[in-house]
Parts: sequence; structure tokens; C-alpha cells
Amino acid sequence: MDLQTLTYIVVGLTFALYIGIAIWARAKTTGDFYVAGKGVNPVLNGMATAADWMSAASFISMAGLIAFFGYGGAVFLMGWTGGYVLLAMLLAPYLRKYGKYTVPEFIGDRYYGRSARILAVICLIIASITYVIGQMKGIGVAFSRFLETDYDTGLYIGMGIVFIYAVMGGMKGITYTQIAQYCVLIFAYTVPAVFISMHLTGNPIPQIGLGSKMADGSGLYLLDKLDATLKDLGFGTYTDKVRLSTLNMFVYTMSLMIGTAGLPHVIMRFFTVPKVKDARSTAGWALVFIALLYTVAPAVGAMARMNLMDTIQPAPGQWLKVDQRPSWFRNWEKTGLLKFEDKNGDGRIQYVADKSKNEMIKVDRDIMVLANPEIAKLPNWVIALVVAGGLAAALSTAAGLLLAIASSISHDLLKGVFAPNISEKAELTASRIAMALSIAAAGYLGLHPPDFAAGTVALAFGLAASSIFPALMMGIFSKKMNKAGAMAGMLAGIGITLFYVFQHKGIFFVADWKYLQSWGTNWFLGIEPNAFGAIGAVVNFAVAFAVAKVTSAPPEHIQHMVEDIRVPAGAEPAVAAH
Amino acid sequence: MSKHASYWSANLRLVVTCLVIWFVVSFGFGILLAEPLNAIRIGGYKLGFWFAQQGSIYTFVALIFFYAWRVNKLDQKFGVHED
Repeated sequence: MDLQTLTYIVVGLTFALYIGIAIWARAKTTGDFYVAGKGVNPVLNGMATAADWMSAASFISMAGLIAFFGYGGAVFLMGWTGGYVLLAMLLAPYLRKYGKYTVPEFIGDRYYGRSARILAVICLIIASITYVIGQMKGIGVAFSRFLETDYDTGLYIGMGIVFIYAVMGGMKGITYTQIAQYCVLIFAYTVPAVFISMHLTGNPIPQIGLGSKMADGSGLYLLDKLDATLKDLGFGTYTDKVRLSTLNMFVYTMSLMIGTAGLPHVIMRFFTVPKVKDARSTAGWALVFIALLYTVAPAVGAMARMNLMDTIQPAPGQWLKVDQRPSWFRNWEKTGLLKFEDKNGDGRIQYVADKSKNEMIKVDRDIMVLANPEIAKLPNWVIALVVAGGLAAALSTAAGLLLAIASSISHDLLKGVFAPNISEKAELTASRIAMALSIAAAGYLGLHPPDFAAGTVALAFGLAASSIFPALMMGIFSKKMNKAGAMAGMLAGIGITLFYVFQHKGIFFVADWKYLQSWGTNWFLGIEPNAFGAIGAVVNFAVAFAVAKVTSAPPEHIQHMVEDIRVPAGAEPAVAAH
Repeated sequence: MSKHASYWSANLRLVVTCLVIWFVVSFGFGILLAEPLNAIRIGGYKLGFWFAQQGSIYTFVALIFFYAWRVNKLDQKFGVHED
């Protein structure tokens, strides 16, 4: 059977499964729509959280970035897992004890006022939409390859599917579909990794294979061989290539970690567990399921880079002939994401670091994971499976994020602030309209994404890190933090982060709307915009404490509320505010 | 000190201990000390590289379960657990 047909069958089957589950568990009340009736077991909830969490950025994009960053790719690996430690210890149990549906609801109550709630909604929407743009890039890449069209067409088709999928489901559908999606995506990620690790090193466990010797009889360790190959071509060694600078890596990692703990669609999941105790263990289980993919990803990255180099330079000095390009190469050319140009006209493709001699003029990092099984000449069903897994990852996260956006608009803004008497049915309709509009906005911006999928998502984390995380943490750990302090902190944090990011990437990521270009790039201590969220968070904390010091302390009942959320005893099932 | 206040300070001590480990394995071994640690090897892995791309993640998982286990004990000890 040819690859195209097989991919249709595998993707079709997995989609039928998700849609079947979504229809079977269709949300009927607003409670179901937002938090799935709160009856989900910690292990299963952890699995669903993992699927929700691991997006196109983790599945499709991250290993590709690691393949090109080398050691520096660790910012994603540590950043997107270490945040769960913060979540489990600093936020999740307390927010569960508090027992409401949404993050802005907590912020609005803790900082006693609608204005705080509205500000939280705005921060949340900015971060979430940025995140969805990253997903759209991933979905566009997967669909363009799968349907053999250009990237833009792939993106439009993806938007349509996300729309049908997210608008129908709601959280209950999403929780059960996400369990299925986790199984599909982890299987799809590890199977090719096992094959490739086996092939390259003779060890089927990728985490061990990465540290093993090559099976080609050279007696060299895989990482040493990769270091040597890349060094010869001028790319710099793989295992110690720092991402810009040590400081940048430090800040980048921190930004992703605290962003993880500040992203509303993940925090929302902890409202769905029955007990405070379960909130802690759910975070642990979620990380177990995430770590399965995240410890395989470095092996996928390094081995993909190795296979790519070996394909283009099968023997030292013997570059790939233009007319002998393998079929995966030609297929990816159709998407516009892979391009070569025979600059010196020798009929061969040179791939070197020197820009004037390099003939691989475009290798989009986001194609690496999808192309990897083809490059390694794995059977067609494995390739079909990877496409299905990538789509599962992208869809599950896009749906979870859209839900967070929709609920903050319909629940926090409409019902909470502007139209308290709105009926449940109208609230559901409003949230579906909000989802549709978000998809359109994110899809449009996804036509010219600000970065690779994982990079775009990193920006979203920076925005969450600089606004939501400090407000939540101070709300729990500082009884004296008041409304004025928290609001000033959020404004300053997200303000300065947006200023830095938009200066580099353009206002709302429209490349023509850049400003202050004369300041150059990475001008603040050499820190790149994707990593700036941690600086924004520091500003947020500093401004908040300074303002709180000179304004009046929060009212007595708020201080009691803080004392109350700190102890598990007396937790009640989550309820919607009325 | 009230029961709740002493529970809270015991919890904070536990959180700080865990976060110190969290910081040391990731920001310490994985980033700041990666270069000197890279002189040590386990198989094909340089140690700093291993912490950055493997070891820190395993530690994070262990930390969360350790914290959950210890804080559940604290809940019981101070009688603030859920029914």
C-alpha cells in the first residue's frame, strides 16, 4: 500500500475514534463543558493533562529544534518539565482547595474586584492566542505533508478541523478524547525512536541508545560521532553548543518553567480532580506521562540530525547527487518547507555552515520529526502513525487552549462582569463563538508565524510567566499582597514583555509592525525575546511588592480566605460563581 | 502558634527543600555547572549534557511524588487532611 493511502487510513481511524468519544460524552451543562463534572481519577487525569500539555510544539517541533540547537535544546526539555514541580508545590493544591472554575475567577476574588479579573482575562487571552498560533504552525506542517499541498492550504484545512473538534466537545469530551490522544501520540513518538535507536546503536531504548556506541562497527559513541561530523562542516559541536549564552539559557529555562505554572489551560485541569490530595498526585502523574516523551526527544533530535547528515553526505566528501534525492526530500520540497539550490552547479548538494557555500537553503526545523522515519527508511505504517500522532498532539492542545479562551470570555467577562443574568445556554453559545473567533485569529497569524512552532509557544509561555504566575503565587503565599500591587505587577510584567517581544517580532507578530529597529536584537543582556518572560516576572514581583507596600493592606476577609486555601481540610467540590 | 500556622511553616520548609533540589539539578548541573561536569562521562553521555537533557527530568518526577508523599503525612500529622 502506498504511503498516502496508508496515512489517510491511520489518520482517519484515529479521528473517527476522537470524534466518536466527543459525541459519546458531549457536554450538556456548563459544568460539564468546563470541568468534566470533577470525577476524573488522578492517573487518567494526569494522562489527559499530558496530552493537553504536549502540543505540536512538543511533538512536531521540539526534537527538530534540539537537532539543530544540540545541547542548547535543553531549555525546552527542562523548561517544559520543571514547571510541573512548581505547579505541584506552589499552585495546584491551593487553587483546587479554592474550588472555582477559572484562573481569572480566582484572581478576581483574591484581589477583590472586577478590574483584576478583567486584567487577568486579557493576559490570559494574549498568552493563549499566541500559543494557538504555534499549534496552527504545527498543524499546517502536518497537513501540508500529509495532503502533499503547500503549507498555507494545510493550515486552512487544519483550522476547519480544529473548529469542528473543539466547538463540539467541551471539557468532558476533551478529557476522555485526550486520554485516547495521549495513547496515540506516545505510541507514535516512541515507535520510530525505538526503530531508529535500534538501527543506529543496536539498543532499542532511545534514552540509553543516545549514550551508546554506533552499531556501524566504528567503535565511536553516537554523540562523539555527531560532534565530529558537525565540527568538520563548521556547525559547532552538538553536545556543548550553548543557546546564545549561559545567561540566556538560564533565563529561557526559567521563563518556560514559570510559564508552565501560569498557563490557564493546564491550571484548569487541576480544578477537575476530586480532592486537594489528588491535585498533587495528578501533577506527578502528568509529569510521568510527559517525561516519557521528553526523555525520548533528545534521542530523536540527535539521531534525526545524524541521519540527515548521513543522507546528504553518505561518505566524507561524497555529497548527495541532485538527481538522486530520495522521495522524502522531494515530498517535503512540495510543502515549501525544504529547499536546496545547486549554487556551484556540480550536480550535488553541499550542506555546510558557511552560508555562501551551503546549498540546503531551507530546512524548516518543524519538519524533522515528521521526516525522521522517512529519512531512516522505516516502513510506511510508522510514517503514517507519526502524522496521526502529530495531529493528535496539536488538536488536543489547541482544543484545551480554545476552551480556556472561550471560558474566560463567556464565563469571566460575560457572566462574571457584563451580563450576570445570562442563561446557561447563551453562555455556551457565547463560548462557542469565542472559540471560532480565536481559531480565525490564530490561523490568520499562523500564515506568517513569528517563529518555529516551539519558539512561538515559548513566547506564549513568556507572556504567562510575566503576568499570571506571579499574581497567583503572591495570592497564595503573601497575605499582604493587595489589589493595587497585584494589578500594577501584572500590567508592568506583561507590558514590558510585550514591549520586548513586539519590538523583535512586530506588533501582534505582524512582521511589518516592528518598531525601534535601531536598538537591534537581543539588546537586553543578550537575551532573546522567547526567553524574556522570566525578566517580565521579576519586574512583576518587584512592582507588585513596591506598590503593595505603599497602599493599604487587603481587607480582613481576604486574608482569611488566603489562610483557608492553605490547608486542605474542608475542600468542597468546585462550583461556578453565581 | 496555631495549628494552621505551624502546618503552613512545616509545609514551607518542605517546599523550600524540594525547590533547592529542583534548582540544583536543572539550573545548577544542567546549565551553570554543565561545562565542568562535561569532563565526566557516563558511556557516551557527558555528565552536564546528561543532566540537561535527561537527569533533571527524572529528578523532577521523583521530587513531585516525594513532595506529595511527605505533605500527605503533614496533613495527617496536623489534622488538616480532607475527610
